[in-house]
Amino acid sequence: MKAIYGLYPDGQAAQQAVNRLRAAGFADRDITVLSPQPMEDYEFGQRDKATWMWWFACGGGAVGMATAFGLTWLTEMSWPIDVGGLPIFAWWPNLIIFFELTMLGAIVATVATLVVTARLGRPSGLYDPAVSDGKILVGLEQVPDSAVPELETALGAVRHAVVKTI
Amino acid sequence: MTPTTPIATSSPSVDQRITSDLLRPLMQTSWRFYLLVAVFGSIVAAALTGWMTQMTLGFGITGIRWPVYWGFYVTSFVFWIGISHAGTLISAILRLVNAGWRRPVTRCAEVITVFALMIGAMFPIIHLGRPWLAFWLFPYPSERMIWPNMRSPLVWDFFAINTYLTGSVLFLFLPMIPDFAVVRDKSSGLRHRIYRVLALGWRGTPRQWHRLETAMQIMAIAIIPVAVSVHTIVSFDFSMAPVPMWQTTIFGPYFVAGAIFSGIAALLIAMAVLRRFLHLEAYLHPVHFENLGKLLLTMALLWGYFVFNERLVTYYGNKPPEMAVFWRTQRESFAPLYWTMVTCNFVLPLVLMGIRRFRTITGCVIASIGVVIGMWLERFLIIVPALGHKYLPYSFGIYRPQPVEILIAGATFAAMTLLYVLFAKVVPIISIWELKAGVHVPSALIPPATQEHPLGELHL
Repeated sequence: MKAIYGLYPDGQAAQQAVNRLRAAGFADRDITVLSPQPMEDYEFGQRDKATWMWWFACGGGAVGMATAFGLTWLTEMSWPIDVGGLPIFAWWPNLIIFFELTMLGAIVATVATLVVTARLGRPSGLYDPAVSDGKILVGLEQVPDSAVPELETALGAVRHAVVKTI
Repeated sequence: MTPTTPIATSSPSVDQRITSDLLRPLMQTSWRFYLLVAVFGSIVAAALTGWMTQMTLGFGITGIRWPVYWGFYVTSFVFWIGISHAGTLISAILRLVNAGWRRPVTRCAEVITVFALMIGAMFPIIHLGRPWLAFWLFPYPSERMIWPNMRSPLVWDFFAINTYLTGSVLFLFLPMIPDFAVVRDKSSGLRHRIYRVLALGWRGTPRQWHRLETAMQIMAIAIIPVAVSVHTIVSFDFSMAPVPMWQTTIFGPYFVAGAIFSGIAALLIAMAVLRRFLHLEAYLHPVHFENLGKLLLTMALLWGYFVFNERLVTYYGNKPPEMAVFWRTQRESFAPLYWTMVTCNFVLPLVLMGIRRFRTITGCVIASIGVVIGMWLERFLIIVPALGHKYLPYSFGIYRPQPVEILIAGATFAAMTLLYVLFAKVVPIISIWELKAGVHVPSALIPPATQEHPLGELHL
């Protein structure tokens, strides 16, 4: 098994390479695309867009709010202080703590979701440092040796392509 | 050029040029870097020595004494928390409205937030006198089950500042991950190993880009109300106290407006310095300064509106204790500082930013320096005249700042510069991938997913 990929100078060329790999019978989930910036204007850049991140952020906010409620309730009941005749558990000042911890919960949940769903910090797959120079990588990580010549032709047929096999 | 016209041709050569230009400060170190670090590091070291002296000898060496317990330290605290509104808030707003011209500006701004918050948050600790007991502010179950008072604005400060600091650090860090990957790919040896860790295995898959952009969008939405809450809560430190000219409902929005105002000024100064010393003329254009200059003008008018409101209502109320403070600032001992503040915060930006001919980079910097000075004076004039002239004559007093306070307060500007210089040495000060995304040409066949205002010509 080998990995094969092409490096392309722009999104249009990369899109053509993706289309050729699809035509060769490979599914989207098998095709790796790496770009130096978001490429939402191309069809391949729209892959894996669906996310539950918004819901996790809301969930994190709810957990933050519950924590704030618990913290204020616990502290004020454990150490009751009369402040200017306010109730021991006073809603108005506590709303500030609720708000801050709600937002903190949402922020932390968002970042945690990003780390998990974007698979950050895990062993990486196919990569070429040329991506940092503006090239777009389109390739396959698990290719039978017999399919390599055909794929080299397919990926190399796109203009300005640089094809590599590893 | 129409708003939908591509800005420049996207090609690997343009991408390489952007990468090499923005990585140059990281890869090359000139003697000026060492000089700056030495100079500003010395000032910070002197201030630390002053702080150590204060801890050793006690608060007696400061000018803080009855009845003015809040002097330069609390002034600096409010000032730096205000400056922190430059970055994350402005960046978040520009991201949400998808302003294309934000791309070279956002990181410069977000860095200011993080460092200004760190410096600002130092002052309550310095002001404690016994900073080793700062943990008493934290809500934790101590041995005697003594909890902080959740109804105290100072505890609200703890939550608000820590939430904003956490959010701002993450808001700054997340878009740096793809840039760390670029540095990883362009470096070798120890530097490569460090940036490989920081890049968290970033590759640039569509999934990673989507998740990053969604995360930034959510955080931008979350961070705006947090930023507003932070300075509102800082204003509560004052408006919850029965002190003349403090207990007013206008303080929340007044402080928030002032914070954004001073934040924009700090951002303009930082951008001008970066442009000059890091040779970023191709990225930080006059149009960026002009746009932010217009924002500065808007905030100057808003600031003037709030000051007018505050003054007029006090004047009509005509309460003797409040009028005493009112006249102290306008006609008596604090009048020179007050009118300097009005000139710096209102007249100067109005003239320099209101007249198009003066709205140049130099004009923006002059106006911004004026605003930074003016806003520091504003914080001082809110705190000291009122504390020194409360309701009854027994509580009248004066405040004379002592050298240690002046040194520590002044050195924070050196600390800010030092942190900024060090940051620009290890992280691209302009987001590389966001800039590349700005010059990326959408396909003629596929309508762009997002529309944005054009950046203007990139002279690459």
